[in-house]
Amino acid sequence: MRTLKPAIEQALRVNAPFATSVLEGFIREEVHKVGFKRVLFGLSGGIDSALSAYLATRALGKESIHAVLMPYRTSSQSSLDDAMEVVRDLEIPYTVVDISGPVDAYFETMDKALGERASNLRRGNRMARERMVTLYDLSAAQNALVVGTSNKTELLLGYGTQFGDMASALNPIGDLYKSQVRQISRYVGVPSSILDKAPSADLWADQTDEKELGFTYDDADEILYQWVDLRLSPEEIVERGYDEALVKHIVTRVQRNQYKRRLPIIAKISSRTIGIDFRYSRDWGV
Amino acid sequence: MSHVQTIAVAQISPKLGDVAANLTVHHQYIEQAREQGAQVVVFPELGLTGYLLQDLTLEVARRLDDPDIVSIVDASSDIDIVFSFIEESAEHFLYISSVYASQGQVVHVHRKVYLPTYGMFDERRYATQGSRVEPFIARGSSAGMMICEDAWHVSVPYLLTMQGATALYVPASSPGRNVMDEHDFGSHTFWRQLLQMYAQLFGVHVVFANRVGYEDGVHFYGGSGVVGPDGRWIAQAGVGQEELIVAQVDGRDVRRARYTTPLLRDERLEIMERHLPFIDRD
Repeated sequence: MRTLKPAIEQALRVNAPFATSVLEGFIREEVHKVGFKRVLFGLSGGIDSALSAYLATRALGKESIHAVLMPYRTSSQSSLDDAMEVVRDLEIPYTVVDISGPVDAYFETMDKALGERASNLRRGNRMARERMVTLYDLSAAQNALVVGTSNKTELLLGYGTQFGDMASALNPIGDLYKSQVRQISRYVGVPSSILDKAPSADLWADQTDEKELGFTYDDADEILYQWVDLRLSPEEIVERGYDEALVKHIVTRVQRNQYKRRLPIIAKISSRTIGIDFRYSRDWGV
Repeated sequence: MSHVQTIAVAQISPKLGDVAANLTVHHQYIEQAREQGAQVVVFPELGLTGYLLQDLTLEVARRLDDPDIVSIVDASSDIDIVFSFIEESAEHFLYISSVYASQGQVVHVHRKVYLPTYGMFDERRYATQGSRVEPFIARGSSAGMMICEDAWHVSVPYLLTMQGATALYVPASSPGRNVMDEHDFGSHTFWRQLLQMYAQLFGVHVVFANRVGYEDGVHFYGGSGVVGPDGRWIAQAGVGQEELIVAQVDGRDVRRARYTTPLLRDERLEIMERHLPFIDRD
């Protein structure tokens, strides 16, 4: 496995105890100030949702959190096993919701209507949205907020489904690159079976994020960190020895997916338009 | 008057846009500071309003004669109070201001002169820039105020100390940024170095009141404290929690520091005067 260049590895190194305390405080304050006491989240067996589970438990206590495991019939057993290990380790309440029924029923109808089998992309998106629909339904049932589990690398790359796994009420890990997620996960005690495995959206057998993306998360983190955080131009990054095609590919990807990171665009026609010149912080009055 | 003063710093977490709630918190901390024998209590920048105000700026703005403001000024009958809010002027300009109140009177108002608009900051979109950097007399000696970004420009402490200030009050709403491999935020480290350096360069006490809490995911880290003219921290608050800290400040330390290391005495204003008119930044 490729590792980060030493200088970048150093720059992305996080003081885990300190960062953890800030993220815990974030969850506690942002949940409580809008009048909630509870949160819930999807637990996939991957590192991002595992880290969110550990952070939420530290912030609110295990009686105030709820993990939702939402396998599809082709999901691997090992993912479910890994998610259950988190549940056991944290001793948190959980629910298993098999999403195969609604997803299959949907595509049975749609495949007939369109006269062709839906692509893997469409099926994956539908699963991600089915999971988020489930989470939002349970959040109303439990009077809880949905905690997001997308990291900075995924959010920048747009490697996620809009209103699916990219949705949430609050996201404690969205400013952490994948390599930083790993560091903090190690600190909070995420099981090693999760720490060490290849990241996967588990959409089909043997699928891994890195195979699907065509580059590694370490590559992405290096390029993104230098472009987004250090504000080096793509040309400067290439001058530092990175593959030009890869740098261009990543930069284009981030730009093309900007729409996923924003609220729906509104045509301005009045004097004060939501988001353009009607500007209030989300924490307004709470 | 004794050379030794007790200064309290109220490291609070204001509620965004809720002046009434923040007013209550101010009065509680004023009372606590009084009980602990403090002669001065210092609150963070925009302690009465919260920081990420955006369009709320218009709604939370108060004139100096507003009952909310008067209620704090009135509370200064036996303890001096440094507090901050959006001040509306007679011509309806809105400033990020900090008031020094003593014996039931407004002694001085400092209007923030540097309004940052870089990175996550957008202050100048909503607030008017102050243009005066003047010290005032507080409890018999000269003091100055600089609000957050003001302190990141050396002109402000320079002008205040050249005009006689021996203490600098620094109300701030500084967010933590760059949680990397340090023991604290990058911005926290910068602040610590900056304030220590000013204290030593100018031979002053520096009182730093930074807020805590989260607004829209932005974490204000706290880390308030008081630095002596030798650059040493006399008192320090923790990171991330509301807290009232109390420090004993001895005015004679300034006297000794300025004799031992007479940097301020040796400052040559005429060099500045000679050069400033010829510096063309256009």
